[in-house]
Amino acid sequence: MLRAPLSELCGGRSHDVAGSTVQEVLVELERTYPPIAGWVLDEQSRIREHVNVFVNGTHGEEGTPVAPGDRVQVLPAITGG
Amino acid sequence: MTELLVGTKKGLFRLEGDPADGFEITARAFAGQAVEYAMRDPRTGRYLASVTSWFYGPRIWVTDDPTGEWEQAEGTRLPGEKDRVEGEPAGTSQGDGEALNRLWVIVPGEENGVLYAGGDPGPLFESRDGGLTWSLNDGLWSHPTRPEWNPGNGGLCLHTIAPWPGDPSKLLVAISAVGVWLTDDGGETWRHSNTGIVPRYLPEEARDTAVINHCVHDVRRAPARPERLFMQFHDGVYRSDDAGESWIDIGTDTGLPSDFGFPIVVDPADPDSAYVIPLVGAEDRTPPDGAMRVWETRDAGASWAPRGDGLPTEAYLTILREAFDNAGEGASMELYFGATSGEVFGSGDAGATWKQVGDHLAPVYSVRTA
Repeated sequence: MLRAPLSELCGGRSHDVAGSTVQEVLVELERTYPPIAGWVLDEQSRIREHVNVFVNGTHGEEGTPVAPGDRVQVLPAITGG
Repeated sequence: MTELLVGTKKGLFRLEGDPADGFEITARAFAGQAVEYAMRDPRTGRYLASVTSWFYGPRIWVTDDPTGEWEQAEGTRLPGEKDRVEGEPAGTSQGDGEALNRLWVIVPGEENGVLYAGGDPGPLFESRDGGLTWSLNDGLWSHPTRPEWNPGNGGLCLHTIAPWPGDPSKLLVAISAVGVWLTDDGGETWRHSNTGIVPRYLPEEARDTAVINHCVHDVRRAPARPERLFMQFHDGVYRSDDAGESWIDIGTDTGLPSDFGFPIVVDPADPDSAYVIPLVGAEDRTPPDGAMRVWETRDAGASWAPRGDGLPTEAYLTILREAFDNAGEGASMELYFGATSGEVFGSGDAGATWKQVGDHLAPVYSVRTA
């Protein structure tokens, strides 16, 4: 699940993407939708510092396992004071 | 009518007008995002902006109409995890583990369609299609001295790119806090060129042996005499008369109230001219005694004189590296600079008199005329 502006780069909020970890899912998302390359992952395929990824509502990292049917959400980090 | 592209902490503003009658905002883009730099390619009319999203990182955007849609350029990326040899496990990087932090500057090259962009941590990118796609200059990125490069306060930033008029094989770039780099073969090979620059921020015994520890703040080439360049250094002002091979101190005992500052501008018609905005040292970074002044030399740095009629006399502003530019030349040259206070000041008579031409913007990162 993606929010704007990421959803606009990928042509929608929801996509079926293969991968067994958060990093693999996001790399596959970049392969499928090249305009999003570099927006969520940096050059070293690390999740950008101010981006949060959740797997089924739980905060995830690059190596967090993802199973078929899991829901991966990408959100900008909270920046309020 | 002059067009000003003002990059700020909160987006890009286009101002149009002239110093006599004032300016108005005619476009805003990238609201809420840091626009490090924006310029209009004089050859094509295309606008290019380097934008850093707090969340999603830095990239270049292009458009032919700044009031309309902007297109994301491709290729301003460093070697990374995805460059690994096929079959190698995920996460094994063929790069050196670095990510692009900012894109500081975009400059037209000498060949049709060629532009250059510089950024942090020290990459030089080149476009050959007017800015739509970019590739990394590997000669500089992979230079054997790269492990010795150290960042300045603003990062390891490649902020100056000075082509040689009419000769695309020659290029000068500058990186903080590394120094000046020269190429004579179109970027295949590079050599550093800091001879004559004295980094007084280093211990005295280390200054002579320091080769690439030079915190260059800005360099401009004199178009009328390309072998001449002017440099605002971290703690000094310098001139080169031999295309950047060596540097001459023009900041000591020449009348400047401070030899610290960020931007430097030259009059295209006069290779003996340069303009700086002195600030009080690295710790304060505001005008001496709060008196906002642009200082001018018309004798290649032998002497400097203040130009500030119309500028505030109680102003504690910082003028950043890319926030000073000119349009035209000679006695009617227009000068513009923006401040971290969100004000933009302009002169239509080569700095003799000034007016505030923009106010209540976000902190200004860059000002370029178009």
